[in-house]
Amino acid sequence: MDQFIREKIKEVKKGDQSSFEDVVSFYQDKIYQHCLRLLGNTHEAEDIAQESFIRAYVNIHSFDDRRKFSTWLYRIATNLTIDRIRKRKPDYYLDAEIRGTDGLDMYSQLASEAMLPGEEVESLELQRYIHHEISQLPPKYRSIIMLRYLEEFSLQEISEILDIPLGTVKTRIHRGREALRKRLRHV
Amino acid sequence: MECNKETIDLMHKYLDGDLTKQEECNLRTHLDNCEDCQQHFHELKRTITLIKSAENFSAPVDFTQKVMENLPNEKKRVKYTRWFKVHPVLTAAAIFFVLMMTGMFSAWNTESELVVSKQEELVIEGDTVIVPEGVIVPGDVLVKNGNLIIKGTIDGDVTLVNGKLIDDRPIGGQELMASAGGVTGELETVDRMFEWIWFQLKNFVKGIFSF
Repeated sequence: MDQFIREKIKEVKKGDQSSFEDVVSFYQDKIYQHCLRLLGNTHEAEDIAQESFIRAYVNIHSFDDRRKFSTWLYRIATNLTIDRIRKRKPDYYLDAEIRGTDGLDMYSQLASEAMLPGEEVESLELQRYIHHEISQLPPKYRSIIMLRYLEEFSLQEISEILDIPLGTVKTRIHRGREALRKRLRHV
Repeated sequence: MECNKETIDLMHKYLDGDLTKQEECNLRTHLDNCEDCQQHFHELKRTITLIKSAENFSAPVDFTQKVMENLPNEKKRVKYTRWFKVHPVLTAAAIFFVLMMTGMFSAWNTESELVVSKQEELVIEGDTVIVPEGVIVPGDVLVKNGNLIIKGTIDGDVTLVNGKLIDDRPIGGQELMASAGGVTGELETVDRMFEWIWFQLKNFVKGIFSF
């Protein structure tokens, strides 16, 4: 697959736009999911994921062929996501408690998705719960935990994606793991 | 509880695959003896398993299409190149046609000098070729880029390229020309590009069959 993507990138660099379509469809789920996990909002996630691909296309000539394309792409997506998190005003989030209610947030106001029978619901609930717990981590820990365990990058690659020293990646991943351990120990 | 800080560091190192043999040994021995640390280690590993099982999401169905629509326009050159790749036969035909046309044009344009077939009986005055009265010219006559006046007789075909047949007798006209215009073979006048091409082709084909 790496070879396939490499070929496609070469063609895109030559100016063949249609080759980029294969690149997008190969990475779309990963990048969208990455953005969604960091942002916790499907609209923003789609927006930022789209923007990431467009940025990648426009700046394709600054991509060094000898490196991994996915690392480069994740870096673009992560930077855009972090920018978005910084810019947004924290008033109208689904996570935010609704004034005058006791512990109700906007999520509880959304229609729940169609129910699935028995066990599937339980496992889905658990998955959601875990996802929710991850999303409660501060972004700097969250992004590293996600890149390491959900997107399976090496620590070295994470250090490249986030442009921070390897030592910092390690410190943060330790803290992230400890924080999640506390949150998930009773599951 | 003194062991905790150091051991937990070792655990994380273990999880990152950074542990040396010696450290791994130390960690193992410690875990065998310390239940708290064992519990902690177990929770960490379980946390990682749980994280990995977090909900997966797929991008919206029309995601790729939307991205493609929003990309800046590609260079025209590339668009053409791709078209050429998809239609190689048409491309070859187009290139052939262009080359042929340019060849024809240059051939047509360079040949503006007067060319006359080699018959001693023909008289040339400027750009006009004259068949004098009472003279019989044997063989086919070709005049290129010049006019022809026939007063005598030509014993063969006449081909006029880019020129006119001038009848300088007062009672001109087709009938007269036929009677007096002593051409025993065919008389052909070519003064347009395509006719000239046609003429060339015809000659070429004739040439092939005559062998």
